[in-house]
Amino acid sequence: MCPRSGCFREYFVHKFRAMLGKNRVIFPGDKVLLALSGGPASSAMLRQVQEGLSRETAKRLRFIPGLIYVDEGAVRGQSPAQREESLARMETLLQATGFPYHVAHLEQALELPASILRPGPGGSGEPGPSYKEAVEGFIQQQRQEGDGNSGTSLPSLGTQVGDLPAPRLPAAARTQELLRLFEAVETPTAREELLQMLRIHLILQTARTRGYAKVMTGESCTRVAIKLLTNLALGRGAFLAVDTGFVDDRYGDVMVVRPMREYMAKEIAFYNHFFDVPTVVAPPLPTKRQEKPSIHRLMERFLLGLQEDFPSTISTVYRTGEKLSPAPAKASSESQRCLLCLCALDIAGEEELALEPTLITEEPEWNGCCQDTAAAGAESRAAFIPLLCYSCRLTFKELGPLATLPPYVRAEAQRRIRRAEMKQQSQEVPLEDEEPGEG
Amino acid sequence: MAAPVSLQVEFGGGAELLFDGVKKHQVTLPCQPEPWDIRNLLKWIKQNLLKERPELFMQGESVRPGILVLINDADWELMGELDYKLQDQDNVLFISTLHGG
Repeated sequence: MCPRSGCFREYFVHKFRAMLGKNRVIFPGDKVLLALSGGPASSAMLRQVQEGLSRETAKRLRFIPGLIYVDEGAVRGQSPAQREESLARMETLLQATGFPYHVAHLEQALELPASILRPGPGGSGEPGPSYKEAVEGFIQQQRQEGDGNSGTSLPSLGTQVGDLPAPRLPAAARTQELLRLFEAVETPTAREELLQMLRIHLILQTARTRGYAKVMTGESCTRVAIKLLTNLALGRGAFLAVDTGFVDDRYGDVMVVRPMREYMAKEIAFYNHFFDVPTVVAPPLPTKRQEKPSIHRLMERFLLGLQEDFPSTISTVYRTGEKLSPAPAKASSESQRCLLCLCALDIAGEEELALEPTLITEEPEWNGCCQDTAAAGAESRAAFIPLLCYSCRLTFKELGPLATLPPYVRAEAQRRIRRAEMKQQSQEVPLEDEEPGEG
Repeated sequence: MAAPVSLQVEFGGGAELLFDGVKKHQVTLPCQPEPWDIRNLLKWIKQNLLKERPELFMQGESVRPGILVLINDADWELMGELDYKLQDQDNVLFISTLHGG
């Protein structure tokens, strides 16, 4: 392997462009939001985008990037001082790119609208131009506008476009609320799932409000292989293709793509070292003493351990995953989608009855309060079940009391429960027209 | 018999969190009967540099799976891994790939 001389770099850069070229879902002029964690893979992804946009016209990447960084310091056990330091370092990194960037704090997930859990409108009725047509049209347009603009002609000047004027930390009360939510979760596995959910919803919200049709996330091949087996263990077998594939289109109006999924973590580490890619590493989610590690950590340990002695492990798992393709997209309404993960509900009526009793009996904390609350609490917790896919039900069972859940989750759940009830009522009473207050 | 060896030991990718956040360490390994190879270097690091949670850096006598070792910018797999005999002024870099992307 020749490090700083040409071939490794060529190989690394080529793989990124080939990934985008092969899949043909990023159209010229698309606004693409790069989700950066500060970690090695997403930082390498950012560098590839920078490299790709700066080449001579013919081979240049043609989309318009924006950046987003989600500060998760509160739940990762960072003190306010440490968070400020990470944020400052990240902001320097983001500013240096010249791209518009957004900094979000995980606490802001508590203020998300319920609509984030509804898939947005997908592509318009008529099919758009094919990829080839779009590229040709774009080149034509560029020629007509003259070759004067050799830059990326980005609309803004790289100043921060965000809700906060500077990376100041959120109000302490908000942080406390977020911490309460995480502390109420019973297992590290459910905590990891919750974190991923809040993070993607925050990113999605920024994408929607700022007009980004695409989001790029930096999962490496290693991360994808681990995720594949982890999600299998979590009961997400039906959704492995969307969870780990190049394209994740469950949100309808915003498409998530994973351009780093063919890079091994090792390659990324070498690239970052040899080409001075800056990173800001965050500590992992803390595990309490005596707690067993999460399924995520266990699977990571398992695969990485196996990889030491059998170096084709990760790529074999990855390649097997490649054979999965997403189920053909049905025009599914929100009532057929999981409340939390937005995947198609994969569970038929009968099985939910088996889960329901376990949910009601596992509510000891409510018995301390009045009986009414107990009944209401149990009832509404059980009412969430039909809204969730199999694995989200398992996660939901391990989340804290309903009162700790983010408002947007409760609000959207209430809405769907009411709609289902109304629908059921109108079906039960088809011809009676003296029902008061009928919807 | 091993002469004292001067090395630059570096940590990256999050591994530095186990070493007080310090990425670069200039170390001089003392004179000792056994030769200075990576195996013995790791023992030395565990005793002298590692501040917390040794199980996050080492597993047995080697590094934990997921931690890359570069000797003078080359993968240690090409250099003999634990058996590589350290030379004066060598650079040994440990990069953790465990903190995701």
